[in-house]
Amino acid sequence: MDYKVFLIKYAEIGTKGKNRYVFEEVMCKRMRSRLRPLGRFEVRREYGRIFVEAFSDYDYDEVINVLQTVFGVVGICPVKVIEDTTFDNFAEEVVDYVDNEYTDKNFTFKVHARRNDKTYPKNSMEINCDIGAAIIEKFPDMKVDVHKPEVVINIEVRNVAYVYSKIIPGPGGLPVGTNGKGMVLLSGGIDSPVAAYMIAKRGVEIEAVYFHAPPYTSERAKQKVCDLARLVSQYAGPIKLHIVNFTDVQLAIYDNCPHDELTIIMKRVMYKMAQDLALQNDCQCIITGESIGQVSSQTSQSLCVIDRACDKVPVFRPCIGLDKQEIIDISQKIDTYETSILPYEDCCTTFVAKHPVTRPKLENIEKSEKALEGKIEELYETAMNTIEVVYCK
Amino acid sequence: MEAYFDNAATTAVNPKVKELMFKLMDLDFGNPSSLHMKGVDAEKYIKEATKRIAKELKCSEKEIVFTSGGTESNNLAIIGSALARRRYGKHIITTAIEHASVSATTEFLSKEGFEITYIGTDNKGYIDLEALKNALREDTIIVSTMYVNNEIGTIQPVEEIGKIIKAFNKDIYYHIDAVQAFGKMKISPNNCKADLISISGHKIHGPKGSGALYIRDKLLIRPIIYGGGQQHLMRSGTENVPGIAGMGLAAELIYKDNEKKMDYVKSLKDSFIERVSKIENVYNNSGDAPHIASVSFVGIRSEVMLHALEERKIYVSAGSACSSNKPHVSNVLKAMKLDKEKLESTLRFSFSDTNTMEQVDYAIDVINELVPKLRRYVRK
Repeated sequence: MDYKVFLIKYAEIGTKGKNRYVFEEVMCKRMRSRLRPLGRFEVRREYGRIFVEAFSDYDYDEVINVLQTVFGVVGICPVKVIEDTTFDNFAEEVVDYVDNEYTDKNFTFKVHARRNDKTYPKNSMEINCDIGAAIIEKFPDMKVDVHKPEVVINIEVRNVAYVYSKIIPGPGGLPVGTNGKGMVLLSGGIDSPVAAYMIAKRGVEIEAVYFHAPPYTSERAKQKVCDLARLVSQYAGPIKLHIVNFTDVQLAIYDNCPHDELTIIMKRVMYKMAQDLALQNDCQCIITGESIGQVSSQTSQSLCVIDRACDKVPVFRPCIGLDKQEIIDISQKIDTYETSILPYEDCCTTFVAKHPVTRPKLENIEKSEKALEGKIEELYETAMNTIEVVYCK
Repeated sequence: MEAYFDNAATTAVNPKVKELMFKLMDLDFGNPSSLHMKGVDAEKYIKEATKRIAKELKCSEKEIVFTSGGTESNNLAIIGSALARRRYGKHIITTAIEHASVSATTEFLSKEGFEITYIGTDNKGYIDLEALKNALREDTIIVSTMYVNNEIGTIQPVEEIGKIIKAFNKDIYYHIDAVQAFGKMKISPNNCKADLISISGHKIHGPKGSGALYIRDKLLIRPIIYGGGQQHLMRSGTENVPGIAGMGLAAELIYKDNEKKMDYVKSLKDSFIERVSKIENVYNNSGDAPHIASVSFVGIRSEVMLHALEERKIYVSAGSACSSNKPHVSNVLKAMKLDKEKLESTLRFSFSDTNTMEQVDYAIDVINELVPKLRRYVRK
């Protein structure tokens, strides 16, 4: 069946009181920009609902896929529009709709009508009863169950009538841009794009930072991070990616600090840089893909020490309690997995000790970092001043 | 300065080749199978290219089939022979140092019921001829070896191999993967008693997507691509006329004064190896091919060195270029039983007559500067 209209269902936004319109408008804007390349669409709010209407030919699956990337959308209902609302014609069209939409006509259902047009000759209850009767008459195996129906046939009568009964699930969450902005540390692995997705889902706009260490990491590894940012941007909207050349800082750490602490100290410097970038770019948080115990730098003790590098913004770690497989499941759902596992050389392993500390103590790490004083400041400045910015969308 | 030392991966297209190909896309774009003039014109270019390749291989024109490149040539040679000969036996012999387009093909056949024997090499990368003699059996149907190894540049003793095979049983097919040898030295199917020879266009300043297979006259092999029956039914599909014509011209051009050219290329390679080997703990693994130098910079991971050179616009390969996007240890270096520290630090520098001695000088300077710097940073 060709649908011209989709009803968009959203849940949490409805509870936002007077700010509700702000949330709705942000979501509509996002839908408009995502739908623009697919044809001529109108996204409109009316009577407290959001409708998408197509004014040109479009590919149904493509449109559903795109709507499923807009946070805030809980469900997408393909709607049949009935122009002639004279009751007899109207009932016939609803029966047609059921006929086309369901192959086995042996389920329980109820009709749920709303009447915006109060001059319509039948009231909601009468529409429910009469349409229900018309359906049963045509398909005798179907049964009405007003308490626990398998299918609810929704009808809205206005100047035209809308019929819908199927709800295609959306991603849920809150529209991106309604909850400030965060700076995600993208590594090129599986976890960080998932972390970015999860925070974006709560309405947070995303910027990203990648630490590039040529010649220890390759141009392809950098390209891969850009590709990942682009994939996340399908959900999170355009992402400004900051690429920091980290090599000299890394070498300075290698030259001056104990090797079993290299990763911890390196991560603390990365966090500091991310925090500086967050503040410069109006972000209120840093986002990482860490999960407790996954590797030596993600033990509870390591995280505690690394976390203390940031004193001005919180670090959000949405994957913290997830198992690797759970993270992989999400990355497959959002389509970043295949890119994440591309095996480009990551020679940063040069800088990973064979036996790194797993229970670091803050005072020891801070003592080791003293050796960097006077040596790292200039390199830190240079790295921050030579950032390459890539806009990913 | 820029120095492209990855000519065993691919080469820049010769400007004359480019010009000819452009003309074939612009004016003479006809389908050689068409009956009208446009088709006849296009067919002329294919005949011309066939003539050129046949001349270099000293074979007859009907013995050349054009393919999409070295990989397809190897697939056609091995799968095509295996299908045609399976009634006589299911044993295939190849070596441990073949290019993936041979080794993956034999792996495929082993899953289809063929039995594959892999011959090893000595520690310099030369095929073990005694092992080959011992491997030959009554039911052996194909032997496939390379001519010049793509990673280290050893020239395999193909003439001796041919003699050994044919002395044992003249019905065994001998296939040579000559992708890295074609355009670098004279190749003659008769001298090495080869029945099948794979060559490629883009390694000799021709276009990518072009290759050919020499198939000895009256040799029975089955096609692997079916359709309109082009190229005497051996390789269906509308001929890639610009690619074929480009490859033909590239072959003619590279074989003009070939000895002089290769002496020059070898002088670049020898000079490079001589100077780079003076650096402490740098080892030369190269064979005799004029264009391939394989060098281990012990203590520096090959990818790190590769990217450090890349920053200075020097382009090389770590092991074999076709396998560098999935980190793996090179089969060839493993077959040579190189120690682990050399395995992990080997780079391939491959030269062409488009390179200059100034580029070699530049690379040597850069390497001398980089090696001590990069060696400071090792995993502890």
